[in-house]
Amino acid sequence: MYWNKRIETMSRDELMYIQNERLQKMLRRIYHNVPFYRSQFQSVDLAPEDITEISDLSKLPFTTKQDLRDSYPYGLFAAPLSEIVRIHASSGTTGKPTVVGYTREDISNWAELCARAFVAAGADSNSVVQVSYGYGLFTGGLGIHYGAEKLGASVIPMSGGNTERQIMLMKDFHSTLLACTPSYAIYLAEAIEQYGIDPGEIKLKSGIFGAEPWSENMRKKIEERLHISAHDIYGLSEIMGPGVAIECQCKNGMHIWEDHFLPEIIDPNTLEPLPYGAPGELVFTTLTKEGIPVLRYRTRDLSVLHKEVCECGRTHVRMERVSGRSDDMLIIRGVNVFPSQIESVLMEFGNVEPHYLLIVTREGTLDNLEIQIELSEELFSDRISNLEELERKIKQKIHSVLQISAKIRLVEPKSIPRSEGKAKRVIDKRNLQGE
Amino acid sequence: MIKQVSVFLENKKGRLSEALEILHKNDINLRSLTIAETTDYGILRLIPNKPEQAAEKLKEAGFVVNQTKVLAIEVNDSPGSMLTVIKGLSMSDIDIEYSYCCLPVHEHKVVIILKVSDSEKAIELLRQSSCAKLIEAEAFA
Repeated sequence: MYWNKRIETMSRDELMYIQNERLQKMLRRIYHNVPFYRSQFQSVDLAPEDITEISDLSKLPFTTKQDLRDSYPYGLFAAPLSEIVRIHASSGTTGKPTVVGYTREDISNWAELCARAFVAAGADSNSVVQVSYGYGLFTGGLGIHYGAEKLGASVIPMSGGNTERQIMLMKDFHSTLLACTPSYAIYLAEAIEQYGIDPGEIKLKSGIFGAEPWSENMRKKIEERLHISAHDIYGLSEIMGPGVAIECQCKNGMHIWEDHFLPEIIDPNTLEPLPYGAPGELVFTTLTKEGIPVLRYRTRDLSVLHKEVCECGRTHVRMERVSGRSDDMLIIRGVNVFPSQIESVLMEFGNVEPHYLLIVTREGTLDNLEIQIELSEELFSDRISNLEELERKIKQKIHSVLQISAKIRLVEPKSIPRSEGKAKRVIDKRNLQGE
Repeated sequence: MIKQVSVFLENKKGRLSEALEILHKNDINLRSLTIAETTDYGILRLIPNKPEQAAEKLKEAGFVVNQTKVLAIEVNDSPGSMLTVIKGLSMSDIDIEYSYCCLPVHEHKVVIILKVSDSEKAIELLRQSSCAKLIEAEAFA
């Protein structure tokens, strides 16, 4: 089952031909429309004409999230605002959010790719799609929504939260496909059991889950408890949003839609491109984006690419489940968390050089964050109530910055292990790969 | 007023004995020791005979330490003597933040440590009191 059989199953040669052609056009577009990219070309003494085949791409510099932040809000847009029909922004946890804009054509392509994803996950025009991703600036809700509409499915734009209502409508509207984060899927499954609903009343057949890391074990749990086929979906707003890649029925990696995106795997240390089959950091170049095309964008997500044709017949390259990050970013309950953010909060509390440790655990399906903070003399008091007040204030501030609740734990000085050079700031005990 | 040395202690095996070891090595004697605790940590409150030195040595060993001035009062070792003092403070709107006992200085007397919301006012009040006597630091040296 395909949404666009010709493209989804075209030969690698034909795909590369399309990629090359689109790449030329894209490079010219950013060179002429975006001063940042022009200077990127100039920094390596190249012009778009010098890139004649895909392998030449590695001569060009990378783009990073910081570049997007530095260009806030519209600096990297390659289309005038008169052509931009939609703006999304990332959670923007460290100060300014990263802003992305879409032209009408971009929205249409995005819907096309999400429609392909839905079909790969077993949906068709008879499907009733319950979108429980957040709607709004976050790309999850609206991105998926347009794809489901393009497919011709009946879309229920639920957005996140309000679990009781989610389940009532799921039952009454006969939802057949659920789209949300994997942890929310488990939460819903538990709630359904708690309410004592007869599984026969829930008509779900499949689900597409993404926006946070999850494991094979979690897939099993979701599939068993909701009696569905669970599919991993990959995307990031800088590239497009959800639907950059999707797992087909074979569940043997996610197909990256290569007629729109050019993936590379690089060694995050040497920055050298790596061959298929080698683990490294995913890098994307968009091929058709008009609003905000990106050149060699470093996702920081670690994965492996496989180009062998899939049993499903799709020829588009498969990426393995994201195994981790090449920077110190954590994803906790779907929220991007950088240790530096915690650090700046602690500095507000008079800690000049805060020593802290983030410990992430997963209890059942919920991520828990504990922040251990070495107590300094300035913060110490002979009264428990003062220390408890300090903990409460730090907790509140962390919540207002990150929108997640953390347990604050004061510890003695020097009790957090120091290592040469970079301090170890994070202990992630979630064991997302091995569980 | 006398000096109390407070030490932050994580609830970890051996921490209290490490702190006491340091005091012992430096020949510091304690008049009182109490711990206020939560699930994760405790505050060890000490009345040492040499508070400055105790604080310094504990800091050197990496403990988080602070010094607080508290009141030490002597009352009769008899029912109701503490009540009279507390009532007096309470009637003058002085709050007691915490309190604990201390080794006595004189026979048939008890020394109580008080941390109050307004020390100056409390001192003034206690000076006029017939049933309580303020103890100065020298008594512990």
